[in-house]
Amino acid sequence: MNASAHQELEPTEYVIEAKGLSKCFGDNIAVNKLDLKIPKGSIYGFLGPNGCGKSTSIRLLTGLLEASEGEVNILGQPLLGHEESLKKRIGYMTQKFSLYDNLTVQENLNFVGAIYGFAGRKKKNRIEELLALYDLEKQTKQFAGSMSGGQKQRLALACATLHSPELLFLDEPTSAVDPENRREFWERLFDLCDAGTTILVSTHYMDEAERCHALAIMEEGNKRADGSPQALMDAMPATVVEVSGNQLRQFKQTLIQHPDILSAAQIGSHLRVLVKQQVADPLNFISQLSQGREALLARPSLEDVFVACTGGRHVD
Amino acid sequence: MWIRIYAIFTKELKQLSRDRMTFGLIIMIPLVQLMLFGYAINTTARHIPVGLIDLSQTSESRAIAHAITATQSVNFTARYRSIKEAEVAITRGEIKAVLYLPADLTRRLFSHPLYDHQQPNSPLTRPVGQWIVDGSDTVIASSIRALRNMPLDEVANHAVIRTAPSFEVVQYFNPEQRTVVNIVPGLVAVILTMTMILFTSAAIVREHEHGNMEFLITTPVRSIELMIGKITPYVLIGLIQVSIILSVGHWVFSVPIRGHLLSLLGGSILFIFASLTLGLVLSTIAKNQLQAMQMTIFILLPSILLSGFMFPYDAMPVAAQWIAEALPVTHFMRMIRAIVLRDASILLLGEDALWLGLFTVGGIIIASLRFKKKLE
Ligand SMILES: Nc1ncnc2c1ncn2[C@@H]1O[C@H](COP(=O)(O)OP(=O)(O)OP(=O)(O)O)[C@@H](O)[C@H]1O
Ligand SMILES: [Mg+2]
Repeated sequence: MNASAHQELEPTEYVIEAKGLSKCFGDNIAVNKLDLKIPKGSIYGFLGPNGCGKSTSIRLLTGLLEASEGEVNILGQPLLGHEESLKKRIGYMTQKFSLYDNLTVQENLNFVGAIYGFAGRKKKNRIEELLALYDLEKQTKQFAGSMSGGQKQRLALACATLHSPELLFLDEPTSAVDPENRREFWERLFDLCDAGTTILVSTHYMDEAERCHALAIMEEGNKRADGSPQALMDAMPATVVEVSGNQLRQFKQTLIQHPDILSAAQIGSHLRVLVKQQVADPLNFISQLSQGREALLARPSLEDVFVACTGGRHVD
Repeated sequence: MWIRIYAIFTKELKQLSRDRMTFGLIIMIPLVQLMLFGYAINTTARHIPVGLIDLSQTSESRAIAHAITATQSVNFTARYRSIKEAEVAITRGEIKAVLYLPADLTRRLFSHPLYDHQQPNSPLTRPVGQWIVDGSDTVIASSIRALRNMPLDEVANHAVIRTAPSFEVVQYFNPEQRTVVNIVPGLVAVILTMTMILFTSAAIVREHEHGNMEFLITTPVRSIELMIGKITPYVLIGLIQVSIILSVGHWVFSVPIRGHLLSLLGGSILFIFASLTLGLVLSTIAKNQLQAMQMTIFILLPSILLSGFMFPYDAMPVAAQWIAEALPVTHFMRMIRAIVLRDASILLLGEDALWLGLFTVGGIIIASLRFKKKLE
């Protein structure tokens, strides 16, 4: 399936266009024929399990890795041959903290500012602005290495956005952050987006993926589906049925043997069952199997889409 | 461009000043090496433990043993009754040599021209005793060989007229022939090679290993800016080390510093840059810090062995000389010894200075070209 329903407003300009982008490490195909079209001003998500090629895709799009195959246009320019001039216009927050642990927050920002060519009053003002925006004013003299996960991540975002890039890549930016700070972080992302920055963010959290304007679900280097979260849920190739009753563990074992059932996962006191699309009346089909347990149709969630797209291999 | 170089320079300097371990090494390596080479390493051996087989047991034999001890070359630590016994002791390593004085020592001594100058120097003259030496250590063997023609006049209690030497030797620059005078300036070269290459060979790799590189190469920073910014802080470090070695050498080991300080500074800076860029080139080749370390040692060994630090350059085979010429340290070894010991000006050493300059420029270019702003 390919539900290509992007934003409501008709996109006129694509900030990232990739065609047949592939990357092999020896025999291992990390990214396989990835096609992407990301409109200006949107937040686009890469959702996928560990090792599915999210980081590799981002590195290909930032020009850090040379593609084995395929073409990329970034901000209207072909990436190949324009890597250096594009570097002034893009920002990148790496998955692993990549600032200097033994420099203070202020020193890190000063360094990054100077690298981007800021000097004097201009640099000072910009850094003060960022310190206030990302709530780091009290930490200016603290070594980056001694900060908490959430503080590090805010510093990294401040550094990645110091030069006000038009396109921002964020590789699992919230992996070390609690839900409260995650909400706060996403508020900042929407602020940036509002100011016209296009953001590509990778994640393996469903709730984060749901906040994106559009996302790609990736598995083993392949893009399995893309579109807005709503469109993905609407076009899901399976039906969700919730079953409640007794002895759910054993019932689950019998269910997942059935060829027409994609997956069954226990969530609290009920089982969430994904029935393949070709089954005409999924509710009736499950009721017959469930021997008196209660079965109800449910609204699909993004997690269901993810499971349906990746064949349930990554969810118990 | 200068903003970025300056930013990288200050960043490196701050990181360096917070790295206690590295900072300690910068000070400790020169001091420890200087003490080791200054005190422990001496190519003329003294107080070698030796044994004595005295079969004559006369006042003359005791006088000879006494005269030999007085040279301070050897210490008689044991006595043996037979050659067999002494051989076992040599094999066990208890003694390095044994002096055999035969039963007819007195007769041999009295007919020896070194004892009695009226005796003719005939082919029938027999040596008064025999040294049996563990020849595996050449330094010890040659020290004992020097005792071969020891005058016996102290035993005789009267002066012997010695023949005039064929040549008179006048020793410039190091009249007392102290090894340390030659070693201290050489040590400057060796320690700079070691520390400068060691620090910079890890410079790029470390950023990779700590994950900093992935961010750095997505910024507009240029390779050449990164390279220059990364090595300049170490120039200061290098100069600190030169000052430590030469001042300790001067005040503790009385090594004369005859050359002009400007020549010294100029030569040192040239060599520091050459070593740093060599380290940078290694850094662009190494995949991790361990490899960087191994490559440093790979360069360091020939630098110590072939540069003229250990063995005289002119005595080496031609092939070894070629290899030596390809190492910056050989050129600096010549320069610093000339400047410190012989008061040569850097202008007099133009060729070596030029070489060091070429190494630097070549190294920076190679490192910048090799360094790709890519992750592979
Ligand atoms: N430099 C490399 N050399 C060889 N294989 C690599 C390299 N980088 C990544 N891979 C492989 O490519 C695949 C994709 O890796 P990638 O880092 O892109 O995954 P990811 O989606 O970012 O995973 P995670 O969520 O754990 O960060 C993996 O199988 C990985 O082993
Ligand atoms: Mg990753």
